[in-house]
Amino acid sequence: MTLAHAPAPARPTRSPLVGYLIRRLGTSVLLLFGVTIVTFVLTNLVPGDPVAAALGEGAASNPQTVAAYVERYGLDQPLPLQYLAYLGNLMQGDLGTSLTTGRPVTTDLAAAVPATVEIAVGAILVSLVVSVVLGTLAAYRRGLVTDQVVRVVSLVGLSVPTFWLALVAFNFFFLGLGIAPGSGRLSPQYTPPPTVTGLYSVDFLLNGDSVGFFDAMAHLALPVFVLSLFTIGLLTRFIRTSVLEVLDRDFVRAARAKGLGGGRIVLDYVLRGASLPILTVVGIAFGSLLSGTVLVEAVFAWPGLGTYAYNSATSLDLPGVMGVGLVVGVIYLVVNFVVDLLYGFLDPRVRLG
Amino acid sequence: MSATVLAIDGLRIAFGSTPVVHDVTLDLRAGRVQGLAGESGSGKTVTAMSVLGLLPRTASVSGSIRLGTTELVGLRRKQLNEVRGRRIAMVFQDPSASLHPQLTVGHQLTDHMRRHLRLDRRAAKARAAELLDRVRVPDPEGALHRYPHQFSGGQRQRIAIAVALACDPDVLLADEPTTALDVTVQAGVLHLLRNLAIERDLAVLLVTHDLGVMSAIADDVAVMRHGVVVEAGTREQVFRSPAHEYTRTLLAAMPDGPGTNPEGTDVE
Repeated sequence: MTLAHAPAPARPTRSPLVGYLIRRLGTSVLLLFGVTIVTFVLTNLVPGDPVAAALGEGAASNPQTVAAYVERYGLDQPLPLQYLAYLGNLMQGDLGTSLTTGRPVTTDLAAAVPATVEIAVGAILVSLVVSVVLGTLAAYRRGLVTDQVVRVVSLVGLSVPTFWLALVAFNFFFLGLGIAPGSGRLSPQYTPPPTVTGLYSVDFLLNGDSVGFFDAMAHLALPVFVLSLFTIGLLTRFIRTSVLEVLDRDFVRAARAKGLGGGRIVLDYVLRGASLPILTVVGIAFGSLLSGTVLVEAVFAWPGLGTYAYNSATSLDLPGVMGVGLVVGVIYLVVNFVVDLLYGFLDPRVRLG
Repeated sequence: MSATVLAIDGLRIAFGSTPVVHDVTLDLRAGRVQGLAGESGSGKTVTAMSVLGLLPRTASVSGSIRLGTTELVGLRRKQLNEVRGRRIAMVFQDPSASLHPQLTVGHQLTDHMRRHLRLDRRAAKARAAELLDRVRVPDPEGALHRYPHQFSGGQRQRIAIAVALACDPDVLLADEPTTALDVTVQAGVLHLLRNLAIERDLAVLLVTHDLGVMSAIADDVAVMRHGVVVEAGTREQVFRSPAHEYTRTLLAAMPDGPGTNPEGTDVE
């Protein structure tokens, strides 16, 4: 046997999904850098004098104090150097000190992010369940009364301004009917659960505290409802269209020809077939939902990212604003990554190549 | 002649006020392939679909389709689902569209078996592998865990045929089963259908616009035009001495000229 015919060393076979994920992670890291640059530049473009805002009127009128401040924070350095300093601190988990709260921005964010994640994830889950049911129902009853009703509901969801709905819901359910608890994450008589995830509902459960859990859930109900209505409107219309398309596909006709039950066909064949476009839109909807949290948090005095962003922006608290920008960027990246991961999970053509 | 399994009698189908099928009568017999030919829009596919109640809501069907003693026209959904897949099965034109791309072959081959034959997972899988072996899909056990896109077009149609045969039906409706396939694999799939009809005493309705396909495996041929059966008879009669002008036109349009393969030599 000649060398030329020696069997080639077996190349370790790697699932195409692994390579895909590695590439995807790499892109995410690059994008993260992009996010830091964008937040940094945008924040520095903001008109207004952060030094004056930080020092207050009295100290800012003293040139020596201003000069000392500028030097201490390196504000006299060229912008690229300032960016590198920012990046260096970021690597060590230091996002600076908030000018409004006087605490490290990371500490503030660690408290605010879970509060927002709790209503945002709650809202996306509620929207998904409700709109899958409504959208599928409307598609199956295309042109009939059910379809018309669903279309009106989703149109209302899309048209009602979130801040208005938040105010009306708060007034009606809390001040009027008195069935909803007041603002905030918990009633005053309860203390927050020991922090594990930062999501009160989950942490109460982990702690085995059902009373606290129900109070946290009751406080979640209204903000989540208000926040999900727009997303429900958006997703329902989209899911209706996707399901209609799938219903016309041969594999659904083939499933009917096999004599499978209606529920089986909906779950195994129709919704699975519509799952990829739905997933894409859910990812996008999550982004629009995050921006909606600013207004909803303001109305419900929810101590989340939106409230923090609003407070830091209005008081020219640049470290706070940059911190929020970074976190929002990271959340988008994470959501997109999860969407791509689920794509691979739902579609064997992506997973197996 | 073998017994009639499925009798279509005076079938009329309309979409809204537009009639598409008028008074079609056909008998499907066990172990025989009944061809149904015609150009597109002639009503042949709609006729096949109506047997399983697969037409859209807007279609109105009248006349009679009897499976043994069961009248299928107007049958309630629940009873219809006992017939679908169990006693009458269907193979569609394009297997890359009729198999669900996100479900494994094993899933699609066993879900109706488990329902109709009340098999457990294990028994259903074993039977599924046997079926794949019968339709000559390589590595049947492994194929169960794979997805449709991992097979060639011809293999996919063989899988679709296995799905149709899974619950041992009496009638197989094949709607243009080779049209979407490469010419090179068409003969193999037709041959398989032909053999299955004999081996399982299956009554096959072969819907096709392709008279070459028809002449290769049909025992009896009906020709449809504008929703009416204009000619019906054995393959030999129809191909050798067509009575209707339209049939003669169709035969003349065949690439190899009229009467190709009238002796009934099957494709191999």
